[in-house]
Amino acid sequence: MLTTFAIVTDGLVYAAYLFLVAVGLSLIFGVMKILNVTHGSLYAFGAFSAATAVGVYVDLGLPDAAGFLFMIAVAMAIGAVLGIVLERAILRTAYGRDEVVIVLVTYAVFLILEDTVTLIWGQRSYPAYQPMVAAGDLELGDLILSNYDIGLVALAALIAVGGYWALHHTRHGRLLTVVIFDREIAAAFGVNVTVIYTATFVIGAMLGALGGAVMAPKISVTPGIGVEVIVLAFAVVATGGMGSIEGAMIGALIVGLCRAAAVHLFPQIELFVIYAVMALVLVFRPHGLISQAQPRKI
Amino acid sequence: MTAVLSVRDLGMTFGSIVAARDITLDVPGRQTVGIIGANGAGKTTFINMITGHLRPTSGTIRFEDRDITGRPSRAITRLGVSRSFQVAQIFPSLTVFENICTAAAVAARHGRGGSILARFDRPDTHADAAATMELFGIARYRGARAATLPQGVRKLLDIAMAVAGSPRLLLLDEPTSGVSIEEKFAVMETVMSALRSRQLTVLFVEHDMEIVARFADRVLAFYDGTVIADGVPTQALEDPRVQSLISGAAGGRSHA
Amino acid sequence: MPPWLVSLATIAFANALVVLGLLILWRTGLVPFGQALFYAIGAYVVALIGRFTPVRDVFLVVLAGAACAGVVAYLIGFLLARYREIFFAMLSLAMSMTLYGVLVKTEALGSTDGFHVEAGTFFGARPQGQALNLAMFWLVLGFCAVSALGVTLFFGTVAGRLAAPARDNEIRLEFLGVSVDRLIHLELVIAGTLAGVGGALAALVVAHVDPSMAYWTTSGGFVFVTILAGAGSVAGAFVGSFVFELVRSVAVDVLPDTWQMTLGIALLLTILFLPEGLSSLFRRLRRAPEAKA
Repeated sequence: MLTTFAIVTDGLVYAAYLFLVAVGLSLIFGVMKILNVTHGSLYAFGAFSAATAVGVYVDLGLPDAAGFLFMIAVAMAIGAVLGIVLERAILRTAYGRDEVVIVLVTYAVFLILEDTVTLIWGQRSYPAYQPMVAAGDLELGDLILSNYDIGLVALAALIAVGGYWALHHTRHGRLLTVVIFDREIAAAFGVNVTVIYTATFVIGAMLGALGGAVMAPKISVTPGIGVEVIVLAFAVVATGGMGSIEGAMIGALIVGLCRAAAVHLFPQIELFVIYAVMALVLVFRPHGLISQAQPRKI
Repeated sequence: MTAVLSVRDLGMTFGSIVAARDITLDVPGRQTVGIIGANGAGKTTFINMITGHLRPTSGTIRFEDRDITGRPSRAITRLGVSRSFQVAQIFPSLTVFENICTAAAVAARHGRGGSILARFDRPDTHADAAATMELFGIARYRGARAATLPQGVRKLLDIAMAVAGSPRLLLLDEPTSGVSIEEKFAVMETVMSALRSRQLTVLFVEHDMEIVARFADRVLAFYDGTVIADGVPTQALEDPRVQSLISGAAGGRSHA
Repeated sequence: MPPWLVSLATIAFANALVVLGLLILWRTGLVPFGQALFYAIGAYVVALIGRFTPVRDVFLVVLAGAACAGVVAYLIGFLLARYREIFFAMLSLAMSMTLYGVLVKTEALGSTDGFHVEAGTFFGARPQGQALNLAMFWLVLGFCAVSALGVTLFFGTVAGRLAAPARDNEIRLEFLGVSVDRLIHLELVIAGTLAGVGGALAALVVAHVDPSMAYWTTSGGFVFVTILAGAGSVAGAFVGSFVFELVRSVAVDVLPDTWQMTLGIALLLTILFLPEGLSSLFRRLRRAPEAKA
């Protein structure tokens, strides 16, 4: 009984983490049809910036809540700047090329940014545990839950609901939905697709950095976290359905719960189970569980 | 004498949309059939069902007394049924010669039961391809990349590829669509004389009534998913229902 | 040739075999992101044979590795050949990462550390040190020559020449009577087997196997070289692989903190300015003097 509860709570927390990491990737794919490998670097930049910010506010002796907001703000700002620079300077040159070629461009940029992270922050690991410790714990009988984790789940839910609402009920969101459906039709109706692309990439980058920032207090911030996280994000998005918030959410929940179950019941298959689930879902639904209708071609 | 193509109670329903219903007909060998009808009347659906692109929701299709209902396109092609498309389906990055060689090589493989690992560039494949290009009058485009071809030539290439496999039943979906009015007759004349030398049964979809009258032995008029007239051109085209629903004016050109 | 160059060339050419397989799929318009799966299978089979059996003959172990990779490619192919574009790439990636997950967590296989591979014997002879390096070089070169010939011949067959049309217009090919799924299945088996040979040879050369051979970054490296080589020629796979290893070694030596950045910049420049890869560069250089004459 306790194990089941632990699996559910662990699963939800892990799902929240996966969602935060994957939602930016899904959005960029949905609107721009680009599988953005650079997303891993944005995550890394977010995590490292957050760790540095934590160091700064601890030194300045700021109150914890303010410090946390400061950490988030710094990471997202860096995400935004990187997003704009990458999209306008590099990605633009590759638009119109083959889908796979664009993915390789993002892969090349990812390699460059991986070393950029090391150049800026060095090879050491950065602790950023303070916000997590400051948040404290919640005791539910035998189970101890971290308030920080609960906050993560709340944040993920907030972004999921907020994002969904924004896409379907605001004017700008609806424009994005049109571009997701068919870029050419959108352009024919006068939608400024160029601006939408830039805006989407920047939002996606900020979300990626946010993912890294909120995870920084939970993990060991070392070079190479981008490499691991990107393939995990792919798995989540491919499983749930690429290009939508709902897809990222479903994918995150499934992968999160499966992994939690594996960790508690069969620890040996922990890594294997994530990709096995992804492969299994793709077998029955190649476009993921929640996929957009594909129009017939002849 | 068994009909080459035999269709019974053929129907196609997509959810609540009935694209085709109650189609029953026989086509004897060597007949040239013109299929007319407004857009959405079910002509392309009919062709898609016969060539295996769509699985009918009801009815049967027999080719040379073999049941081909619902079988995949490549199986039906291998049995001797070929088609060309409304929007010419060619291989844009290859030259015209390479396009036709591809069709010829694939056909040769099926014909002689050859292996997929047989050599591609063989003298007989090249000879077949050259002959086909001559037949369709596109030999001078031999080295041109298919993506750069003018519309009329693209359509001829598409049809040439369909014919490469020596099919016994050929379905042409709007062979002159996209071709300028001045050229329509020329293109159709080229196609028909190229086909005359082979023992083919041909069904072609066409919107131009004059072309249908000139080249078809028999006319099938489609409306609302079913056949409303079936007979020789003079008879079918004069049919009052056909005139009011499809051709618009007596003996005039359709503007669908 | 200096010994370090021999070693570099040996590993570069072993890896080039994986790229050769990728070339075939690339021509058909497909890029699998998980060829490391077959590379790792080839490698681990060689390592396991060396560890648990007395068999040491290099030809036997490499062919065993290749055969296992080929069988897996055949089985996976039934599924994978039904997908295209990014979904093909993702499913391929998923499968290689699944193997990675299994390898990392398997204590018996040394988990993340991997384990040592016993040196091979050449028709009973047991060369050591420099002689072994040289023997391995010639072995790899031999497999490469045979594979290069095989793939060139393949490109001359009906199956090989259907790759480009399949990339251009799959529907048209189906209506000519070709099963494109079966064609891709065949290509996957060829590519998987080649990758298995590459991995088996790599295991012998490096004398070590570890799970990173199945990691997505390894697959990424192979795709990187495929781009560098360009879809043009078989020779491009070997030249591209050699250049890649050279650049990587030099970068790791001279710029140890930024070698990935160097590779990334090289890849970016290649994609942006040499979209057809290195082969197009050679073609351009060859044409220039002709134009002047």
